[in-house]
Amino acid sequence: MTPLATYALRLGDDALVLSHRLGEWVTNAPQLEEDVALGNIALDLLGQARSLLTYAGQVEGEGRDEDDLAYLRDERDFCNVHLVELANGDFAVSMARQLVFSTYQLALYEQLQSSTDETLAAVAAKAVKEVDYHRDHATQWVLRLGDGTDESHGRMQAGLDRVWPYVGELFTTDGLEQALVAEGVAADSSALRPGWDGYVDAVLAEATLDRPEGLRTPPGGGRRGVHTEAMGYLLAEMQSLHRAHPGASW
Amino acid sequence: MTSVHDDVAAARSAAAAVLDPEVPVLTIADLGVLRDVTVEADGTVVVTITPTYSGCPAMDTIRTDVAEAVRRAGFPAVEVRTALAPAWTTDWMTEAGREALAAYGIAPPPAARATGPVPVALSVRCPQCGSARTRELSRFGSTACKSMWVCAVCREPFDHFKAHR
Repeated sequence: MTPLATYALRLGDDALVLSHRLGEWVTNAPQLEEDVALGNIALDLLGQARSLLTYAGQVEGEGRDEDDLAYLRDERDFCNVHLVELANGDFAVSMARQLVFSTYQLALYEQLQSSTDETLAAVAAKAVKEVDYHRDHATQWVLRLGDGTDESHGRMQAGLDRVWPYVGELFTTDGLEQALVAEGVAADSSALRPGWDGYVDAVLAEATLDRPEGLRTPPGGGRRGVHTEAMGYLLAEMQSLHRAHPGASW
Repeated sequence: MTSVHDDVAAARSAAAAVLDPEVPVLTIADLGVLRDVTVEADGTVVVTITPTYSGCPAMDTIRTDVAEAVRRAGFPAVEVRTALAPAWTTDWMTEAGREALAAYGIAPPPAARATGPVPVALSVRCPQCGSARTRELSRFGSTACKSMWVCAVCREPFDHFKAHR
């Protein structure tokens, strides 16, 4: 794949995999309204993933469409970050992940709106409004649970501690990305961190939560196709229907 | 013999009348989803639509319905294109669309922003009784474009078509 196709795939895989995780909440969330909310957020992410995977396939030029890329690639070919593939855990873990990821994704899409690549700019300009809403949803829950009862506070802090080690990977850049940054195509992931810290720290302070410190940092590698144990199970669930019934449609 | 101008007008009115399958009182023209209709030199009608939200599942149905409506208007060759840019906003909803939504029981999004001071929306009016004493139940609803509200006066729950800008 060309660097541009790989870059589109990275963004698309993040959105696709998180969309799948959020979809797992439907019928399991603590309230019916949350089933609906998480289903809607998953749908927004899936829409973004469809545009990005379709574009990656077009740029690659080997005739692969969004379905080929979503359902017929194996684990080592997925280049999403580890954060999005982690098992959902309890609701607080998922809300911690939503806060962490949507704050990153909002900053990323804000930058990409001015990408010199027209398609990436258009996808980002469309998605930025959706992700702003996702971040707001996560923020409200983190505040409510963090600054709530002893039980909800403890679980929100534990949720944050669970996802925090995976934050660093979001802001890790590499040669492929930097080459595209130089062309004005990509956003520099490492430059998004200060703005992210500012927003997340403010939410944590208001939610009376502690910013996790001193946690072990996992090695990362998602962008290179190296994944955690959770990823294989996720793909088995996500891809089995398509692989069992090739070419099936609704 | 009809002119190209007449053809464009006929094709446009056929496409414009297609209803949003999820809010079937709103045409895609009123919703702001219909962006352009042109007729190519070979007679092919090209309709350009834009999604409301990235993952809007109604897009496939709208695409099929538009092609069918334009064919029935006498144009056998139809191509429906999807354009992401410029990104859709509820500011593109027409006044007729807003009225149709309210009559259907869905509180419409606030009117398009004019230039100058930005008006502050204090509340969403209940589409049943008109009261402003309403409360948001959930920021997400039955479709991506709606949130759930309830009226404190008539006690009716209702959908609100969210402002999206």
